Amino acid sequence: MWALLRGGRVIDPSQGIDEVADVLIRDGAISHQLSAISREDVEVFDCSGLVVAPGFIDMHVHLREPGAEHKETIETGARAAAAGGFTTIVAMPNTDPAPDNRAVVEFILRRGRETGINVLACGAMTKDMAGQEMAQLGDMAEAGAVAVSDDGHPVQSSLIMRRVMEYAGMLGLPVLTHCEDKSLTSDAVMNEGIVSTVLGLRGMPAAAEVGMVVRNILLSELAGCHVHIQHVSCAGSVEAVRQAKSHGVRVTAETCPQYFTLTDEALGDYDTNAKCNPPLRTRADIEAVKAGLADGTIDIIATDHAPHSLEDKEVEMTVAAFGMVGLETALPLAITKLVDEGVLTLSQAIGKMTCAPARALGLDRGTLAEDAAADIVVFDPDAEVTVRASEFKSMGRNTPFDGWKLRGKVVATIAGGRVVSGELRAASRERVLSAG
Amino acid sequence: MEAKLSRKDILGLQDMTQSEIQLILDTAASMKEILARPVKKVPALRGKTICTLFYEPSTRTRTSFEMAAKALSADVSSISTAGSSVVKGESLKDTLLTLQAMGIDAFIIRHQAGGAPHFAARTVPSNVINAGDDMHEHPSQGLLDMLTILENKKRLDGLVVTIVGDITHSRVARSNLWGLTKMGATVRLAGPKTLLPPEVEKLPVETYTNVDAAVEGADVVNVLRIQLERMNSGFFPSVREYARLFGINKERLRRAKPDVIVMHPGPMNRGIEITPDVADGEFSVITDQVTNGVAVRMALLYLLLGGGSNVGTA
Repeated sequence: MWALLRGGRVIDPSQGIDEVADVLIRDGAISHQLSAISREDVEVFDCSGLVVAPGFIDMHVHLREPGAEHKETIETGARAAAAGGFTTIVAMPNTDPAPDNRAVVEFILRRGRETGINVLACGAMTKDMAGQEMAQLGDMAEAGAVAVSDDGHPVQSSLIMRRVMEYAGMLGLPVLTHCEDKSLTSDAVMNEGIVSTVLGLRGMPAAAEVGMVVRNILLSELAGCHVHIQHVSCAGSVEAVRQAKSHGVRVTAETCPQYFTLTDEALGDYDTNAKCNPPLRTRADIEAVKAGLADGTIDIIATDHAPHSLEDKEVEMTVAAFGMVGLETALPLAITKLVDEGVLTLSQAIGKMTCAPARALGLDRGTLAEDAAADIVVFDPDAEVTVRASEFKSMGRNTPFDGWKLRGKVVATIAGGRVVSGELRAASRERVLSAG
Repeated sequence: MEAKLSRKDILGLQDMTQSEIQLILDTAASMKEILARPVKKVPALRGKTICTLFYEPSTRTRTSFEMAAKALSADVSSISTAGSSVVKGESLKDTLLTLQAMGIDAFIIRHQAGGAPHFAARTVPSNVINAGDDMHEHPSQGLLDMLTILENKKRLDGLVVTIVGDITHSRVARSNLWGLTKMGATVRLAGPKTLLPPEVEKLPVETYTNVDAAVEGADVVNVLRIQLERMNSGFFPSVREYARLFGINKERLRRAKPDVIVMHPGPMNRGIEITPDVADGEFSVITDQVTNGVAVRMALLYLLLGGGSNVGTA
């Protein structure tokens, strides 16, 4: 089947495109043969006033399946992703059981194929994510894992990290690292600083993150692998990555909307929805993260989508779960906090959510190039939206942004040529292309 | 006395105004008169039900609140649990809602999690008083310390109050510093660097690691309990060294004003953070603090729950 998205502002940073143009979808792939628009069986959809871009790629989501399906399933997480404009998501390995072997990776990928979007699997670095013994990296790579990670259970032993990096490097797998020196963060629930002092809550110093960023960069050089720094939250980490890049180290870095939007003061009323790890930091850290995004030190915007059930959050701060959902607020936060504030152009912001993560993971997605899979997001960059957690497709309602007024609204998400969320309006005929 | 606090909860002194603190201290002074009577009971809170909900062991604070409630003729039920709500199996939310359904008018909560009383205050419509939430605040202790200083010095404004010890983990230090600075006192925090909280310099206080300098010219020295398990966590090398460098003894106290008063929230480690001759000596007002604790807690309960009945002539 053929479909034409007509008259939208096409932004494809992978090809340096930002212009009003038409996008043709032919049998689930992008076609540049625009002469085809004369064909009888082409459905034409009016995208004027809207942005048409490659579907977003989120290389950092927690889907909770297997093991915690009361928080999220691969199906609901994928629906949340589609609602947020994401067509590709990478499932982090802190599930129960963890994907430390071929079978669990295959399970995640199989469940993912039922969702309509691209659900990719990230293997655990170590068995049971315990940080002790190397997981079945070779088997998992064969099964299709796109990376390995210690997210949620950072590997403390430098020796184990070095060995994993050497082995993953051999397999060509990027090593995604959650950087946290746990000996500096025991019992801590938030950033360490004046706010934690006043609230009487135990804090994680930024040094606990920066120290491990530096260690992991050094070990990656030793091991010869591609290291990726997950959820950069503080100025020191931005600087460490910047330095490493200036020395030619093969390092990439991501941050998440919460780290360019909120400070630790969001925990001021003991709001457990603002409890995440790494923790929300300070105004100076936000500025450093933004500067890192602007100068390219931080390549990627991910979400660290971390759904939790109400009973995980409606408790004392000390026992509340870490994390917040992010898939359905990422675009409006990026537009409102980065584009509107002049930190990034819209094209740069989209690049950090499309071709940059694709490049980091070696995916042939995140582009509207000829014959690429027709993974497309159509959004209105100017529409005002009010965040309504109760309307999330995710099972998680744990967001500190509930009720926030932001700019940027996903109109439709197309994965492999199929509309998986929202709807598009037919230009000539009274038809709509819609999900389901 | 027809005054009432126009707030539902007492969660800390940080968000309290100077006039609110003044009202509480004035009311507490009247309550002390009741406690001096042969029959220490007024009917001000008759028919009100107060629940002390303690997730941490406590002797004096809990007894003090219970005596305060009984002196005002409130009914008191006491619930304590050794472990956390999670260990117990019931969430704090469910515990609160269950007790609320039984008709509790006010909860007095001690909890090992900072902010647990705030959570309670959001969860139930009853009044909530924070009786100590981990390292955060202990407002009734801050108020009773201020009342004790006020009785001895006749003012708070312009005084120099030195708080010595484990500041990092101390809710007493935090409530004192907010309350005292709002009332115009200068607060000095002193202790080993390892037990001064992160970014302490951003608080409206002076900080010292040299206790001699911190005591110099002080009107009040408030000595905090040092928890001995801190030693094993590497905060200081030995009890002996702590006592020598940071303990309050007679010699060190000579640097303070001649009419200095010495306080301690208890329970004391005699011979470690405070020498016995200081604890029992002429400058000590430690037992006054205990008496004032009941008066301050009566004031808090009365100002939150009282229906305007006249305490003075009951």
